[in-house]
Parts: sequence; C-alpha cells; structure tokens
Amino acid sequence: MKFSESWLRTWTNPEIDTGELIAQLTMAGLEVDGVEAAAEEFKGVVVAEIIEVSAHPDAEKLRVCQVNLGLAKTGQSEAVQIVCGAPNAAVGLKVPCAIVGAVLPGDFKIKKAKLRGVESNGMLCGADEIGFESKIDGLWELPKDAPVGTDLNQWLELDDQVIEVDLTPNRADCFSIQGVARDVALINGAELKSPVGSAIAPTTGNEFPIEIKATQECPRYLGRVINNVDLSVESPVWLQERLRRSGIRVIDPIVDVTNYVMLELGQPLHAFDLDTLSGGIQVRMAQKDKGQKEKLTLLDGKEVELADDVLLIADNDKPLAMAGIMGGEGSGVSTTTQNILLESAFFAPSAITGKARQYGLHTESSMRFERGVDPELQSVAIERATELLLEIVGGEAGPVMDHSSESDLPAREPIELRKARLELLIGRQYESAEVSRILSGLGCKILESGDVGEDHSWKIKPPSWRFDLQIEVDLIEEVARIVGYNNIDAKPIAANLQLGRSPEQALKTSSLVDQLVSRGFREVVTYSFISPEMANSVLDQNQQVALQNPLASDLSVMRPSLIPGLLSVVSRNLARQESRLRIFETGLNFSKDASSEIQQEPSLSALICGSQNPENWSEEIAEASFYDLKAELDALARLSGKSLEYKPQQELSYLHPGQSAKILVDDKEIGCIGAVHPQLLKEMDIGVATYVFEVALEALQQADLPGFVAPSKFPGVRRDIALLLDREISADQLIGEIKSIASELLTNIRLFDIYTGQGIDNNKKSVALGLTFRDSSRTLEEEEISLAVSDIVSGLEQRLDAQQR
Amino acid sequence: MNELKTITQDLLDNVAAVTDLKDLEALRVEALGKKGALTGLLKGLGALSPEERPAAGAKINEAKVEVQAAIEARKLEMESAAMSQRLLEEKIDVTLPSGGNSRGSLHPVTRTLRRIEELFSQAGFSIETGPEIEDDFHNFEALNIPADHPARAMHDTFYIDTGDDALSHVLRTHTSPVQIRTMETQEPPIRCICPGRVYRCDSDVTHTPMFHQVEGLVVDEGISMAHLRACVSDFLNGFFEGDYPVRFRPSYFPFTEPSAEIDMQCTHCEGKGCRICKNTGWLEVGGCGMVHPNVFTSAGIDAEKYTGFAFGMGIDRLAMLRYGVNDLRLFFENDLQFLRQY
Repeated sequence: MKFSESWLRTWTNPEIDTGELIAQLTMAGLEVDGVEAAAEEFKGVVVAEIIEVSAHPDAEKLRVCQVNLGLAKTGQSEAVQIVCGAPNAAVGLKVPCAIVGAVLPGDFKIKKAKLRGVESNGMLCGADEIGFESKIDGLWELPKDAPVGTDLNQWLELDDQVIEVDLTPNRADCFSIQGVARDVALINGAELKSPVGSAIAPTTGNEFPIEIKATQECPRYLGRVINNVDLSVESPVWLQERLRRSGIRVIDPIVDVTNYVMLELGQPLHAFDLDTLSGGIQVRMAQKDKGQKEKLTLLDGKEVELADDVLLIADNDKPLAMAGIMGGEGSGVSTTTQNILLESAFFAPSAITGKARQYGLHTESSMRFERGVDPELQSVAIERATELLLEIVGGEAGPVMDHSSESDLPAREPIELRKARLELLIGRQYESAEVSRILSGLGCKILESGDVGEDHSWKIKPPSWRFDLQIEVDLIEEVARIVGYNNIDAKPIAANLQLGRSPEQALKTSSLVDQLVSRGFREVVTYSFISPEMANSVLDQNQQVALQNPLASDLSVMRPSLIPGLLSVVSRNLARQESRLRIFETGLNFSKDASSEIQQEPSLSALICGSQNPENWSEEIAEASFYDLKAELDALARLSGKSLEYKPQQELSYLHPGQSAKILVDDKEIGCIGAVHPQLLKEMDIGVATYVFEVALEALQQADLPGFVAPSKFPGVRRDIALLLDREISADQLIGEIKSIASELLTNIRLFDIYTGQGIDNNKKSVALGLTFRDSSRTLEEEEISLAVSDIVSGLEQRLDAQQR
Repeated sequence: MNELKTITQDLLDNVAAVTDLKDLEALRVEALGKKGALTGLLKGLGALSPEERPAAGAKINEAKVEVQAAIEARKLEMESAAMSQRLLEEKIDVTLPSGGNSRGSLHPVTRTLRRIEELFSQAGFSIETGPEIEDDFHNFEALNIPADHPARAMHDTFYIDTGDDALSHVLRTHTSPVQIRTMETQEPPIRCICPGRVYRCDSDVTHTPMFHQVEGLVVDEGISMAHLRACVSDFLNGFFEGDYPVRFRPSYFPFTEPSAEIDMQCTHCEGKGCRICKNTGWLEVGGCGMVHPNVFTSAGIDAEKYTGFAFGMGIDRLAMLRYGVNDLRLFFENDLQFLRQY
C-alpha cells in the first residue's frame, strides 16, 4: 500500500514529523518499505499560458511563443518570448514553464539562449521533463483553471512524501488511507476526520435489474445508475496527483473515482457502461454452455476461459467481469459512455482466493477481496463515489439498489478480554482506562466492561473491518501493539532447576563428526534433492521419493544416499585445481519401503580421493586406498566399542565389485564401503580413484559400556608363523579359523605381512601372523606354547589347506 | 716415595692427554686395576716396617683417590664434549612444514549451530529434531495454517510426489512441526530448540531452495512475552558476543499471537546504517510470538493453563552475519577454498 503523507494528514494530523510517522507505522506492524519524495526536485517552474505562436524564421520544427507568466502585476512586460519545438504548442494552452534561472531534475539549469538566432527566455516543459509521466508527445497540457504564474511545486503541493507500507496478511483493513489513519490516530490520540460526505439523494428513479444467484460468494451487492455523465472532462489535478502518488495510473474520471474511493476507503468499485448491458445483472458462478467453458475478454485485452469455480458478474447474455478481480473489455467505461451502473459489492474472500493466482491476474481489487473487505463498507463507498462523480462528470444519480443476504455475511461473535490474561501473556501491567481507549479506538464496540472478582474484563464486538480479531489473544495483541512491544521489559524465565539424564551409551553425532574433522575431513552440506540419473545409480526408481513440483529436473528426487552429493562436490573441486579431498556429510536419506512408506534415515557418509597424505617433503606420497578409508571407519566404530564386519559385495552397482563391502554390526547390515565404480567416476568426470563409505548413523551411536578384565601380571609370549594359503581365502576367514582352533591362551592375532609374487604359486599368498599367548594366572611353559602353535598350524592345514613356510 | 710421586704425576698427565673414552678406561685399569701401577705399590707395602705402613698406605690411597677423581673429571668432560658434538650433528630445520593429515573443518552452518545449541543448553533447553518430509497436519494444519492460507500455495512449498496428486506430504517449510511433535510427546514445562534443514521452492541471489532454521519453544505456566524478549535478546547478544539492542516489531504469523519480527541493531555498523542493514541500522533476524491457542489445542496442550512462546531464526543468516559471508549460496557450493576457512 502506497500513499501520500499529505493525503493521510487530511484524515488525521498528529503533531509528529515524517520521520516519526514512519517509525510509528513500522512499530505498529505496518512496516514502511520505502519513503520517497512526491516528485523529482525542480525549481523555477510556473504555470504559463501561451498567448501567441508564430513560425520560426529559420527552423521548420521550431515555433516562437509569446507566453504569459503572470508577471503583469509585478510591472514587468506581460509576455515573455520562448522558442519551443513541441508539436502541441497552441494559443490558449496552459503549460509548465521553466523560467530563466530554473533548475530541472538532473540539475539542468535554464538560461537565456538564442535558438537559430531567435531569443528564448526559458523553456516550456513536457511532463517527462519535470519528472512526471508523459501521456502525450509534447507539452504538458495543464487544466484550463490552472492559475497562471503560480509555482508548480506549490500548485501541485509537491512538498510531500510517498510512503509505502508492506502489509501482513491479517491487516487487509490498511489497504486504505482510512485504515492507516485509524491506527495513526489511535497511537497518537489524535482526531480522525473523514472527508466523506453524507448520502446523495437520488434525482432519478432509474434502476437496473440485479439478481444474486450466488449469495454465499456474494453476500452483498449494491448498484446505482448514474445517467448523463460527461466523459469529456479530466479528473481534477488533486485527484490525479493522489492517484499518481499511490502508483495508480490516471485513466478517465469514472475509473479514477472508483480507484480513488478504493484507496481512500478500501472498497474496490466497478463501473459498467449501462448501455452495453443486456437485460439485467446476474451474480453467478461460471457455467458450461454445451460443454464449453464461458469466455471473457478482460480489460487488459486477454481472453480467459472461466472454470466453474469462478464468480462472475454477467448480464442476461454474457459474462461481464470476473467478480472482484477484473472487469471485461466490452462493458467497461469508454469515451462514449453516457450512462453507468456503479457496483459496490462484498465478495467472500474464499470465493476470490487463489483465482487471481490461477489466472495470473493480481489486481488491486483481487488483493483486497482476497484478504477481506469490510462487509459494512459498500454503502458508504457507493455514496462517496457518487458524490465525487457528480462533482466531476455530472449526471443524475438513481437510488442505491441494495441486494444483501444478511445470513451470508460474516457473523462476528463478541469477544471477552480479561485483564489478568492480558497481563499474564504480555508480562506487564496495563491501566483499564487505557485498554478501554484502545479497544474503542480500534473500532470495537464495548458491550460490557467491569470488574469480575479481582479482575477487570471487557466484552466487545469487533469492528467489521478487522477479520483478524476473533479470540481473546487477538485483542491482547492489539493492546500490546498499540501500547508498543518496546514497552515490554525483558524478564528472564524462572524455572525449577533439574539435572537431566545423559545416557552414556548414546554417542552424539558431534562426537563422530569431531573425530572425522580431527582426522582431516571437511564437512560439506549438499542439497537433499538430486537428479534422477544420480538417484537411479544408487536406488531402484520405484523406491525413490520424488518431488511433485521440483525447482529443476536435476533437483527432483530426494536423495536415497549421501554419496551422489559427495561425488558432485568432488567433481566441482577437481575442476578447481583441487586434487585431494577428504569430505563427509551427515543427513537424512530418503526411500520407500516395501509397503511404500517413506523412510528417512539419518546417515553418515565420507569420501577420500587423491593422495593418502598431503604432499610433503618427508615421505613418498602414495595414492589413498580402500584401506585408508576403512581405517577411518574402524576408528569411528571404536568410539562406540563396536567392531565392524566387512562382507565383500557385488550388488551395489555404484561400487567397484572387487573393492567393496557391506558393513555389518552384530550381523545387521548398517552400510557399505568401497571404491566408487570406475564407470560412474567416468560419467562424473572424476579422474582419480575415489573411495566412499555410508553408514546408518544410529548404528554408530549405540555404544557399549566398557567392561572390566583384570590385567594379567604374567608375561605374554609371541610366536610368529608364516603360512602359504589359497589367494581367495580372506583375512576374516583365516582369523576366524584360528580363533575357533585356538585355546583361550591365544590373546592376540596380528596379521603383519602379506606376500604374493616371485617364489610363490600364482594362486597362493603368503601370510605372516604374530600370535600372542598369555595366561592370567601363571607364566606359560615353552612346551605348551609350542603345542598351541602346532595345533593351530595343523588345524589350518586341514581346514584351509594351508602350509607353514 | 719419590716413585709414588712420579707414578702419580705420569698417570695424571696421561689422563689429561687422553682423547678417547676407551683409552681413558684402559688408563683407569692401568692405574687402579688389580694389576695397576698404584695397586702394585700397595702390594709393596709389605716390605715396609709395621710403623711405616699406615703412613705409606695412606699416601698411596690419597694418590689413588686423586687419580680416580682426575679420571672421573676427564670422563665427564669428554662425555659432555661428545654430547655437544652429537647435538650439533643432530640439528634439524625445525621450520620445515609438518606432514600428515592436518585438521579438517566443520561446515560453517554446523559451527554456528553448535554455538546456538551450547547457548541454549546452558539454560536447560533440549535439542529436538524431526523428519524433513512432513505430513500436512504437522507442517500446516496443527500450526493454524488453514487450507486456503497463501503460505500453502504451490509456489513456496515442495510437495512429495505420492503418485496420486495428493498434497499430503511436503518438505517441511520450517522446523515448527518439530515443536508440534515435541508438544505431542512431552508434558510442560517444555524448553527446547529445533534446528534443521528446511525447504522453500525459491531460488535467487538471496534464497536457496534448502536452508537451515532453528526454532525455540518454551511452554509452562505463566510464560509471557516479557520472557520471550529476554530469551531472544540474551541469545542474540550471547551469540554475537555484544550488547546490541533488540526490538520487536508487530507482525503476523498464523501460529503465534501476538507475533513479532525480531530486529537487532546492525552488528556491522552498530546502527549507523550500512549496506548490510540496507541503511536502516537494524537487521531482521527472525520471527517470534506467543504460541497461538489453536496450536496448543492441536498438540493436546491445555491452552488456558499453559502459555508459551516460540521463535525462529535462519542459521545460515546468523552464520553470514557472524562470519561476514556475503553470499548464501556459498554454503551449498562446498568449494574447498570456502570450507577451509572454518
């Protein structure tokens, strides 16, 4: 809502300056979005009348004008000569004239000059030359009654500010000067003066048939016929200026008046050319005719097809307007209009909401009806418009035809406000008298006010224009708002102190994250939606969760895994001269389970690529391998005391089938680890081997409480063995067998060497193990140890076909 | 006895001249060992009369002690020289850069969230989280956002494709549904914050379709807007480690009444007006208000017995202000040059 300060001050004029007014509006919840001068700065421009026009002797396009600047009274010569190039310069025309010494917008100074040899003492101005919108090419043709010699700033009252407020959805009442003025008057305790006159008595008996077929959608419809209007005139300058300052274009005096009353009171109005209407007005929903939707060409020239949930104003033959949104081209007022039907209606917000968006027609009218127009305003508005119309375009008004369905109008129930509740909720004391003053100032009708026990209480009927006042807290907000939120002193919360529980076995995400960070990983945050291609590479399409209205197709599927996001970070950074990454992310993964229920699982995923360590002078730098990442995952698992099991896998198509594993804890699958499939890397333009893991966060967060085993006082003895084994036998398998063969004396197995190559059969590998034996109650004898080792070796010979080397 | 003097002096001269620890040890054996020169003299005492023996013996022992001391001293001297030499040889360039993995980094949003959590934890607030795909009830209905509310329009809410055009599930547009879930499962007094990812169908220079929000909720008997003012102001000044005025500007949210926008004096210009605060001297940092009775009722809390407040702020916005980041989009581009700074 944009309006001129001087207009507002005709309604209420508190003794505060512009700065304070703006601050007040903002702090009352009518946030001021912008303040600008009513016009660009200029000086030395006066109203002038052209009294003589003659051809320029040397230039075909220039004319030499004699201009009356109203200087006669000052004893100077009456006419001033100005050379002008405008095509519309004509005798009798009143135009703005920048006299010698004037300064126009852009610091353009007007000096005495000779144009092709002819003296020129100033400049006649087009509207655009002094910062106004030009309707014609040429001089600004001022109204005939413009006072010659008057400074234009003074005459147009340009010493004014345009204030724009950004309204919250609950304050539909402030889409008008009247609404803003109400709050300003109330805050300042200033008088509220309405310039609206009394009802206009009809001078004709002319009526027009009106039938409301949709009373729920249109509970009130007022019409009035005005005959013999004169559309050859223009709206008065004061009215044009107020419209301009509110950002509304001047069209013709009838449309201007309807717009003016909308800005002034908040009631959108519409005027039909009565002579284009056939039969009578019908307010009804759009219909289908032989299966065809009704069509309407709107004022903006666009033709729309009307769905059956659109409320229409129609005549007996055709749709005339989309109610409360936009009028039709055929029935609007034109230069030839002589008789009009003025409409002032209350359309239910629910009938309008969404339609403007649906049809892409956000209008001043739809905006107001959507949020709610005062259902008691229609009569005042139609009288006010009549008053202005008769003044400007003349004519004879008929009686107001009122079609109201009282039972369909919004019912307003009384609301009770308890002082104790107000003070409890706000945390401050209020004077009863002050509360009463505020309630009345808001327009509430106080039905009851008095003490109930130790409390004071009010019963009020909310004003018809405040749809947002429904229950007690709405009134509490109003009182707090008017007195000022900044008059509420901060008060710390008082509460009973209580120690909480902190389960030791629930490992915090931050512990896992901190460990990764301290081991060189950087946390990334990627979007939760990814491209279908990336999603398809990690999960079957029918298990994916997709968006109905994605921003873009490559952001249309909720990520089933964090891995695609990490890979996109790799692509991005490799392209920016980074060669080594250690990154991770935590967040939800989304999928559908077998019964189509959406699953949202907190996950942790980490990735490494590039060199094992940052390049440095002290070591030969190897490329990172599967085992580097595995070490990180094992270290994370150690936080919870869990040991992870790695099971080779070939199902996950995005991982290298020979370098990947599923991760299990207590036989339950919790994630996967591996080299990213080279084919996928190729598609993503990643030229280095890349390793990732992803695990369910919860699996790493359930920690074991540490147990206790008394440390042995007796020495352990280590024996190393080397075995020749089939290559396919995994370390897990080997160690598992050893554990099942050995007695409890074996306390540690360390696999310290693996060798394949020269001297060993191609299908074999040599594995070296360090076995530690220890007893908690005695020193072991050499013989028992030898026996234990030979038991293990012979067991492995039998079970795994191993050979001791 | 002249023999003793000569032997002693020779030994002392040899000790002084020795340059090698091995030679010194040989010398020690030569002088003091069982077959050593001085030991030899002691053996010769038997040839003396019993009266002469004690004095002569004492002399020899004195000489032994003197030589022994000289050897020890020489040994220390040589060890110390050897240590000095070794230290000299072992000198390294301590300014060479260290190798290995250095520390990684927390994402600035996480870093910011950690601070927020720490501040609220101090006052006994719990940290609650919830699903990002929400049902209509928790994201809208329970928050007093009726079906025809403009906030529900397609243009700012992401809807989940349920295969049947139903708008039953959304990507949560705020973390308020976590408040509802918390009130559904906990009895007052409730003091919690709800941080997390939220989504709006909006993308331009200052908006990303995903961002982070933290909301706070306090429900108890007698909770007032004065408490809300203290809580929000204490948090902001704790977070920014300053003493910035905080003002409440009346506003509208369906889930709170009264509602307010939270403005904090610009941390960049301290209220003088600058580019960051668009010359207003104030920064909009969030919204807040007293929990609407309809919200309490939806969540099963007695709206007459209890009152409460709620507030919400953008974590990314707080991070931008705190660290001077000038483009929201940097948080989600994950450029290492950016991430390394945290």
